[in-house]
Parts: sequence; C-alpha cells; structure tokens
Amino acid sequence: MRQLPDGRFVDEAPYDPQASIQTLERRDLDAPNWVLIWRKFKTHRLGLVSGIFLLTAYLLLPFVGFFAPYTANERDEERLYAPPQAIHWFHEGEFVGPFVYPTTAEADLETFQWKFVPDTTRPMPLEFFCRAGSYRLAGLIETDMHLFCAPEGATIFILGSDRLGRDVFSRILYGAQLSLTVGLIGIAVSFSLGILLGSIAGYFGGTTDWIINRVIEILRSLPELPLWLALSAAVPSNWGPVAVFFIISIILGILDWPGLARSVRAKFLALREEEYVRAAEMMGATSGRVIRKHLLPNFMSHLIASATLSIPAMILGETALSFLGLGLRAPAVSWGVMLNDAQNLASIEIYPWTAIPMIPIIIVVLAFNFLGDGLRDSLDPYEH
Amino acid sequence: MAPLLTVENLTIAFGKGEPVVRDVSFELNRGETLALVGESGSGKTVTCRAVLRILPRAARFLSGRILFDGDEGPLALNEISERRMRHVRGNLISMIFQEPMRSLSPLHRIGNQVAEVLWLHRGMSEREAKREVLDTFHRVGFPDPERTWRSYPFELSGGMRQRAMIAMAMVARPDLLIADEPTTALDVTTQAQVLGLIKDLQRDTGMAMILVTHDLGVVANMAENVVVMYRGRVMEEGPAEPILKDPVHPYTRQLFQAAPAIPATPHPVEPPPEDDLILQMRNVSKTYTLRTRNPWKPDMEIRACRGIDLNLPRGTTLAIVGESGSGKTTAARIALAAEPPDPGGEVLFRPEPGSEPIAVHALNRAARVAFQREAQMVFQDPYSSLSPRMRIEDALTEPLDIHGIGTRAERRERAARMLKLVGLNADMLKRYPHAFSGGQRQRLSIARALMLDPSLLVCDEPTSALDVSVQDQILTLLEDIRDRMNLSYLFISHDLAVVARIADEVAVMRQGLVVEQAPPETLFYNPKHPYTKALIAAHPTPDIERPINLKLVALGAGAPETWDEPFRFTDTVIPSLVEVEPGHKVRCHA
Repeated sequence: MRQLPDGRFVDEAPYDPQASIQTLERRDLDAPNWVLIWRKFKTHRLGLVSGIFLLTAYLLLPFVGFFAPYTANERDEERLYAPPQAIHWFHEGEFVGPFVYPTTAEADLETFQWKFVPDTTRPMPLEFFCRAGSYRLAGLIETDMHLFCAPEGATIFILGSDRLGRDVFSRILYGAQLSLTVGLIGIAVSFSLGILLGSIAGYFGGTTDWIINRVIEILRSLPELPLWLALSAAVPSNWGPVAVFFIISIILGILDWPGLARSVRAKFLALREEEYVRAAEMMGATSGRVIRKHLLPNFMSHLIASATLSIPAMILGETALSFLGLGLRAPAVSWGVMLNDAQNLASIEIYPWTAIPMIPIIIVVLAFNFLGDGLRDSLDPYEH
Repeated sequence: MAPLLTVENLTIAFGKGEPVVRDVSFELNRGETLALVGESGSGKTVTCRAVLRILPRAARFLSGRILFDGDEGPLALNEISERRMRHVRGNLISMIFQEPMRSLSPLHRIGNQVAEVLWLHRGMSEREAKREVLDTFHRVGFPDPERTWRSYPFELSGGMRQRAMIAMAMVARPDLLIADEPTTALDVTTQAQVLGLIKDLQRDTGMAMILVTHDLGVVANMAENVVVMYRGRVMEEGPAEPILKDPVHPYTRQLFQAAPAIPATPHPVEPPPEDDLILQMRNVSKTYTLRTRNPWKPDMEIRACRGIDLNLPRGTTLAIVGESGSGKTTAARIALAAEPPDPGGEVLFRPEPGSEPIAVHALNRAARVAFQREAQMVFQDPYSSLSPRMRIEDALTEPLDIHGIGTRAERRERAARMLKLVGLNADMLKRYPHAFSGGQRQRLSIARALMLDPSLLVCDEPTSALDVSVQDQILTLLEDIRDRMNLSYLFISHDLAVVARIADEVAVMRQGLVVEQAPPETLFYNPKHPYTKALIAAHPTPDIERPINLKLVALGAGAPETWDEPFRFTDTVIPSLVEVEPGHKVRCHA
C-alpha cells in the first residue's frame, strides 16, 4: 500500500490486467456430476455409514443360509418358545472359546410353562464351517455348509425360538431376503410408472397434465390400508409364495407411484425453464430428445434420492400386510410373517423375543432414511 | 471525533481455502457514504456481511478488528456476544439486500414485516409502531401508506419492494446502513429513483452508508469515499473525487474503460441503408389471455407486443431496449419462431441476399428445422444456459447432432474451431461447464450458437448477468464475430448505454409499443420521447460532473398517461409512430 498526496491508498502488488480468460475459475468443479455428488456425500457421516450398512446387507442377502445356523423352517419340537441363549467364552474362569450350555426342558407345574434349564457343568463349544440343514446358496448351489452350528446334543437359539420351535435368528436372516427385496421390486414398478407419467405431465402440460394430476389425486385420496387389503385379498390363495411375493411388491409399487410422479413433474416444470433446455428446443431438438438428453439426466439424482426415501414405506407396507395375514404366507419367511406370530399381547408378554423382528425393520428403515437424507443434501454439488 | 466504523486488517477465508478477503481496512465517518466497488468474487459482500456477522457457517474470521462507535458508545463488533450483536442488527446497523424479490417474506404483510424491527428493538406498542411505519412509508415515496401496510410483497413491483426494504432498514433510524447492490436487480429508471431516494433519506437522517456496487456510475452519484476491491484485496482506496477523475491503479482504470457510457457530446449519424433486409417484422402483436380467478369476470388480456414494425438490414445490429415487461423478449421469441404472432402479423426472413423470404410466422415442421439452422439465440444467464451434465464438447456438438451434420470427427473439429473463435482453448472441450467463470460460459454459449453457421443471432441480454469488465469483453467479441462472419444481430437489452456501442439502430419499447426508434447516436443527440430522455438521464455515468437528472427521469418513467400531451397514450388512444427526421421515428401526435 502506498499513500498518494491526495490521501488515497494504492495497492502496489503487480497486477495483470489480462488475468487470463484461459484459466479455469473453479477447477474443483470440473468433474462429472456423480463425482461431485460423491465428494459431498462422503462428508455426510450418518448417510455414508447407512449406505455402507445397506450395501453390505444387500450383498449378503444371497448368502444368508451360510450365516444362519438353522434353515428357515427347521423345527425343534422339543423346544417351543425357547428363550434366547447366550454364547459364553469363559467356563469357570477358564477361556474355552465360544460355547453354549445344553438345555433341558422341564415343565413348571405352577405356571404350566416349559422351562429350559441350562446345564452349566457341560460347556459345549460351537462348531465352525460345519454341516447342518441343506439350503441353496444364492438360490442355485445346493450345500449344507454353515458358518457355525450347535454342537451335537445342544441348541443355539441366539434370539430364542418361536411357537413351532424354529430359530428366530435364522428366520430373521431368511426373512431379510424377502423383506428387503420387496422394496426394490416395488420401487422399480413405481419408478417406471412415476417417471413415465410424471414426465409426460410435466413436459406436455395442458390437458394431459390435468388428467394425470386428477388420477394422482384420486389415487392419493383412497385410504391406503383398505385398498392394500382389498388388492391382496384378491390374490388367489392357491398361488405359491413366490407368485404372491411378486404380486404384493407390484401392488405396493402401483399404489406408490403418484408421489414419485408428482415430484418428477415438479422437477420437470422447474428444469423446463432452464435456459439449456430452451437452447436445445431452439436448436430444433425433438421433445423426446430434450427429455432424454437434458431433463432426465439432470434430475435422475433427485429421483434416486426420493426413491431411497420411499423404499422404507414399501418395506413397512409389506410388513403391515403380512402382519395382518394378507401379505406373504407361510412357508415364505419375511419379517412381517414373523411378526404375525406376535399378534397377541399375551404372547409378547410371555415370549417377548417373538417381537424381535421389529428391530431389523427399525434399523433398515432408519438406514434408508439417513441414506436418502444424505443423498438429498449432496444433490446440488454446485452451490458454493 | 472517532470514525463511526473502523475496519482494520480484515481477513476471512472459507473452510480451508485461500482467504477471500485479505487485509482490508477502511474507515467511515458519520453521515458519509463509502462505496465498496468490485466484481463478483472480489470479496465486497463478504466484507460488509462480516460487519453484521452474518457470514455463512463455513467462513473463518482469520484476523482483523471491526470497531463501531455509534450513539451507544464504542463496540468491537467482532468480539461482542451474539446477544449484543442481535441488539446491533437492525437497530444500530441495518442492511438492504440485492434481491427485492427474495428478501421479503411472502407470507407476511409488508406493514408487519417493517414494524417488526420496532417491536423487537424499541418495544413499541402496535399503534405507535404503525404510526412510525406509515410515516416511513410516506417518506420512501409510497403514495398510499395505508394500502402498502396491508399489501403482500407479491402485490408490489420490484422497485416498490426495494422501497419497502429501504423503509424496513430505515424505520429504526440506524446509525449505519449497509446496502448490498440495492439497485442491481432494478430497471435503469427505477434504479435512478431508488438511488435518489436513498440519498435524500441519508441527508435527512444523517446516517452513514456502505454501498456495495459493481457500477462506477452509481459510485459517482452516491459516494464520498471509495474502496476498489479485486480478488479479496484493496486495489485503491480514498476520496471519490480524485479516484474517479484520475484512477491510478491499472485495475481501476480498466473498470473505467469497461463502464458503458453514453457519449457526453453525441452527434447524429445516417441510419443504415435498408435495401437488403434479413429480418422484417410487420405489424407483429402478441396477446396472452390470463384466466381470472373470478369465473364471472372476463379473462384478462395481456398485450405483450402491439403492432411492432422492425427491419433488420443484413450485417447490422438492431437493438430493442426496454424495461422488464416491455415486450422486448416476446418480440425476440416471435422473431425466432419460438412463438407465433397474433393473426395479421408477419415475420419475414431472407437467408440469402435477394432470396425469396421465408414466412417465419407460418412454418411447418420441416421448414422450422431449416430455419433454426439460420437463426440462433444467445441467452441471458450464463449459469443456466449450459447443461451441467454435458462436457463442453457434447454441448457444442449437440446442434450438429440434432441436425445430423458431419461425422463425429468433423463435429469435434468444428467445435474446437469455434472455441478458438470465441477466444478459448481447444483443450477445454473435455471440461464441464461448472469449472468456468460467467464470462467464459457466455463465450461458450456464443460458440454453441455459432456451431450451425447461422446468419442471424438473437442476443437476449447476453451481458446483463456479467461484471462490467467481462461485459466489455463479450461486446467486443460479439462485434468482432459479426464483422468477420457477416452476421446480423437482434440485440435485446434493458440498458441503453450497453447497446450504444454495438447497435446500428435502437428501438425503445414501453408497454409493448415501440416509442422511439433511431440510430443510437441520433437518440443521444436528439432524444424526443420523454421515456427515451428518462432512460438517458437515468443512466449513471462514472463522471462526477454528470449526476443523474432525477427530474427528467421522473417525467418519463411514470405511466404513459402522465407523459406530455403529444406523447401521452391511454388504453384507447395510442399515437402512431411518426418519422420526425430521416431514420428517426417517435410515437407522438404529430
């Protein structure tokens, strides 16, 4: 800084008036959109953790049979409603490794309940990479290899057993296969319907827009639960569990698309005003091209975020239907089907572990919400 | 007496990045105005927000002191508690923001929003506060304060909203007013009136002001002291007069050269010959029907354009100048066949000299595609005119792809050539648009418009979102391209001074009508219409000797019913466009 006689200050550092038009102003933003989104998403700790958790969960789905000590419908007639069993490491102050105490069932003549008394003198170490009930790995390879199983003469009910003496822990793992995928199939259906109808409404406007909007409003005004009930009651009862599963996911998807279509339409209306869309129209691009090349890519990320946020609704929907006995039916295993057993208060009071499938539902729904939240926050990576 | 505000060695950075404000110091005395001048990204807004401590969360205050010595004794603004700071905001120091559209809450009546300050800081009763607010409304020039009290922001125009913002900032009689580009979003005539108002209020109340602006013309009209900033640093600082008369720092000089100016001593020129017309608009009108809420009332008709006759000779530039809502953009869209004119209107386009004219107002699908190769558009907002998902290469080759011209390699080769033409490097083809500055992006969208080798380019305010120095570069580029490629421009602008250098002929529009039309020099030399006079008078020139003439502005900027008798028009009686001298037409009763 230099002071001139008239009282003003002038900076003395060298100044280049041609501060080049060739230099990039924001070199950090020179990347495809998804890289920028990922960069921002990484800083959203909760969303990142949830994303990793969900990714791992989905990747493990085909292999749950390996991690479950029992198969889904394997029964132990001796041990109905067995309470959760602890895995111990130390026996009388001595390290043994993971083991269980064998239990024997005794009738309690005062309450007329079975009591399972552990025999704490005989530690029985768990077996690893052992052979037990056979299942299909990834639905293809038949095998009977398990990560761990109960030793001969003992049981391993980590989360207890249910009314028929089936292992709750193993069934939760198997149930995840259906409960988690129902959301994906449902969202695929609702996604395609929502994008198609939402973009038609948003791009063409006028009468088309009016009709689609009224359909959306009518669909949204229908009470959801009775409609689900009616639609699932219409599924023939002689269909196999897989067919029922698909129908249920499609029903959930069909009832979910209006919300998505609305957000697609709103986004379309906003993006249509962007000048690059106008520019493409002035260049002579057809509407199809404008939608495909300019509109869809630019709001796909928004769609993925809103889809992530509506998967939990699907999972809860399946659970609700199955809980009421109208969704999936035994022998299919889902979290909702399992909770069906926990319908009366008395059984929850006496056998609280039958309600444990609620916990994975809560965790998964929360994880999806955190993930969706994180995605939504990182969608606009261009803000300063 | 100690200065009212002292800022010493202020340094602020965002996150872990380089400081965006570096070592800024200035002083401001009671009753004086300090102008912070600079381009976007120069740190001027961050500096004045630091005074009120309303910086974004990522901002880090690295060093410096901010001392405020108001009526309540000295305060170190960067040290006092958040609680005391709340007492300062709105009460001792208040702020006017740039966007009048966004700085008022749409859910509250104007009166309640303005009175809130009095309830919060003065603990006034509702009645007293209302009286005070109505008084302020009157002072900032609302004709009917009671009605303004009851209005919602959307009922007011941009200029009126900015007046309401000023009332809100003034009502608690602060010691210091910070105005962050208070007039940038306004039309020239409204800007002149708002600036005049701020100046009057300042004289009456004796408050000091920090005026943030990028326009040296505004500085010349308003400020006693100037701080010129560039990239977070002070380039030149001191009293306004010597700086404006004889800038020393090369950056300040550059700003002066770039500022669009209306020549001080214009002389008339011959209008360009009109024998080879590339575009002809004959009797073009456009009416929109707006359905009213009330089913018993007839639909409202909005006449965006009324009987426009314009001729664009090949190789020249015709500029349409007018405020927002004057119908200039509608006229441009009709010229590009983006919208059909009302029946009876004709738009004729001749791609080659002497060829059969194409009737643009009645194109079929195939003819439209052919027409689009000849006529392209450059858009206003460089930040939204390029899709963020497409690499520059894809964006530039898209027009060729749509029209199926050339192979991939040929397209890419042409894109590289166009980039060079607009002054950018060919290796930028692989980049994404968000890496570029506003000026670079405007170059890119010019390059895209040129890809199809058009003969007519419609420029819709291509420089109004850019900094002054960048605007200057873009205008030079456009002139250069026009002469090299024999292009013809239809140039839309709200600023007469901007088009002065590029246009061969200017049509001034107001309420859908052309009110005066002539070459720019003739307009400046001999403006006839009160609205043109107002536009010229309202333009702030960076020359302390030529202040804004508010009287002329007031005469012309009002409703057309208030104009002088020969020019007045009402809903039913509209004077016709009369040629007063060769090439100079005025809408008046001859």
